[in-house]
Amino acid sequence: MPPNDSERIALLRSQLAIRVFEEAVKKQLAAGLIPGSVHLSIGHEGAIAGGCAALADDDYVIGSHRSHGHPIAKGADFGPLMAELMGRVDGVCKGKGGSMHLTDHSVGVIGESGIVGGGLPLATGAALSAKVLGDGRVCLCFFGDGASNQGRFHESLNLAAIWRLPVVYLCENNLYGATTPARNVIAVEDIADRAASYAIPGVVVDGQDAEAVYVVVAEAVERARRGDGPSLIEAKTYRYGEHAEGLIIPVTYREEAEVEQWKLRDPVALLRARLIGDGVLGEAAAEALRAELEQQVAEAVAFAKSSPLPAPEAAFDDVYSNPITGGAR
Amino acid sequence: MTEENGKIRNISYFQAIFEAHQEEMLRDERVVLIGEDISLYTKAGILDAGLERRIFSAPISENGFCGMGVGAALTGLRPVVDLTIASFVYLAMDQIVNQAAKIRYMTGGQATIPIVFRASMWHEGSNAAHHSDRPYPMLMNAPGLKIVVPATPADVKGLIKSAIRDDDPVVVFEDNSLWFQSGPVPEGEHLTPLGVAATRRPGDDVTLVAIGGAQKVALEAATALASEGCSVEVIDPRSLVPLDRPAILGSVERTGRLVIADPANRTCSAASEIAAIAAEEAFHCLKAPIMRITTPDVPIPFSPSLEEPLYPSTEKIVDAIQKLQ
Repeated sequence: MPPNDSERIALLRSQLAIRVFEEAVKKQLAAGLIPGSVHLSIGHEGAIAGGCAALADDDYVIGSHRSHGHPIAKGADFGPLMAELMGRVDGVCKGKGGSMHLTDHSVGVIGESGIVGGGLPLATGAALSAKVLGDGRVCLCFFGDGASNQGRFHESLNLAAIWRLPVVYLCENNLYGATTPARNVIAVEDIADRAASYAIPGVVVDGQDAEAVYVVVAEAVERARRGDGPSLIEAKTYRYGEHAEGLIIPVTYREEAEVEQWKLRDPVALLRARLIGDGVLGEAAAEALRAELEQQVAEAVAFAKSSPLPAPEAAFDDVYSNPITGGAR
Repeated sequence: MTEENGKIRNISYFQAIFEAHQEEMLRDERVVLIGEDISLYTKAGILDAGLERRIFSAPISENGFCGMGVGAALTGLRPVVDLTIASFVYLAMDQIVNQAAKIRYMTGGQATIPIVFRASMWHEGSNAAHHSDRPYPMLMNAPGLKIVVPATPADVKGLIKSAIRDDDPVVVFEDNSLWFQSGPVPEGEHLTPLGVAATRRPGDDVTLVAIGGAQKVALEAATALASEGCSVEVIDPRSLVPLDRPAILGSVERTGRLVIADPANRTCSAASEIAAIAAEEAFHCLKAPIMRITTPDVPIPFSPSLEEPLYPSTEKIVDAIQKLQ
């Protein structure tokens, strides 16, 4: 089912939220307020927003090192996410996770793995819980083209297929694993073709078209929810920035013209133009939407900046939920 | 050990393992079993047929199904993942160390991972180097995991039950040579707390800490030395993480001598860690060097004549202790 008008506006809002947040992250990184490396989702908004829009509030999401967009599209507050990127005490993970691990359980985003492909088995397990507990939940698992070469991709999809687990594996194929072109290291043209090995649906979708992503993910979610098992969806997309922001790559591994070509089909601009063209949204309303999100993100930046750094002794918190002192009798 | 009202029976270590599974699965519907070939359990009547719905007999995909267990633990189940043989833990190392051990910490405490991994160590049986490892020291170096090494039927039952009820990931390293040995186990509810050592034999002259399957040779050595007038205190740590430091250090403070028998390979063994703790914290009490009786740093060979002499033995322990006098 294609999205209705209010769902289309929500899709644009979700994409814009990611874009505006990530632009602010770039600024704060340049200002020296964000430590470590930062993996931005700019260019991926269509796949992320389209995928998450197909979920219910209590469905699960598990993602990858390029983690910022997933909780945003699932409805997380910007403040704790930005505070986490700045390593502050009010960060969503109390400053223990950072850019590759923006996990927000309050919105069902239960894991973001810095190990490529590490989330695939976890998502399979979340789906096992849903099946055993009979709670009707579905897990949406984001991963990249690189993860599809990991052994755990095969292991996870096979496990989910044999037990018909309610999980949707959504590949954000941005055509490069760091600097390595996917076409050089993946034996098939379309990762979705690998679904045939597990006798599950495999679908390729235009990742720059949030509505198209929404439609195919919604169908896979429905299939999962009615007990018919997992699906593999490959959203062809592109990252505009470097693998990690600020990373200096001394050689050219992709042409500038290719980057510019992809920017011509920017997922945010594409949906915005379509909604205005269809008369769903006026120019002024679209601008107001962006302005509202910019205001919210500015408030998140202020919140993050005002949050203190954690005290050094907090490094010892949360190793265990039930820390047993040896010898306790 | 927590003693209960039930009468004491003699059952095997193996039977104790499955009593623990059965009781916990009946007690808590969130407990599920995941592992290779485990559909046999209900078919053979080891577990109630009614539990079948919660038994997932998995393909040979250790990394995949261990991670699946972690994801299930994140979302409301309490999985027991059976790795069959401890050497297979390496296949799942990413999901055990990078995910199970770290997720709670990396999410700032948002996540809880109540999962049990069972790993049976099949040394002493001509199974060669791919089936004979004792890899608990590697996992002791992965903060976030709890590690137990039960040496008796009562403890394997009590520790597995406690591990299932614990909210953190626990790895249970079973010694396969103990599976068919019997010992007293109280009937009904029986829990062994994590992090609490047991004194198996009191003594005054030497503290002998023995891990898992080394308990047997340690107790034999203590008996042999008693006839020579040497009184050996035998301690079973039962948990390696958390380690019952007060029990070990308290004993060393009384005896002034420490010997540790550990079937793991020597370098960075559990024995090494216990020796270091004693050297740092009980140096003032020591009357002799700390000795480790471990397996030398070689892969485990196939032929019995090569394999058998490698492990801690009664003779090696007796020799070491005699040299301390």
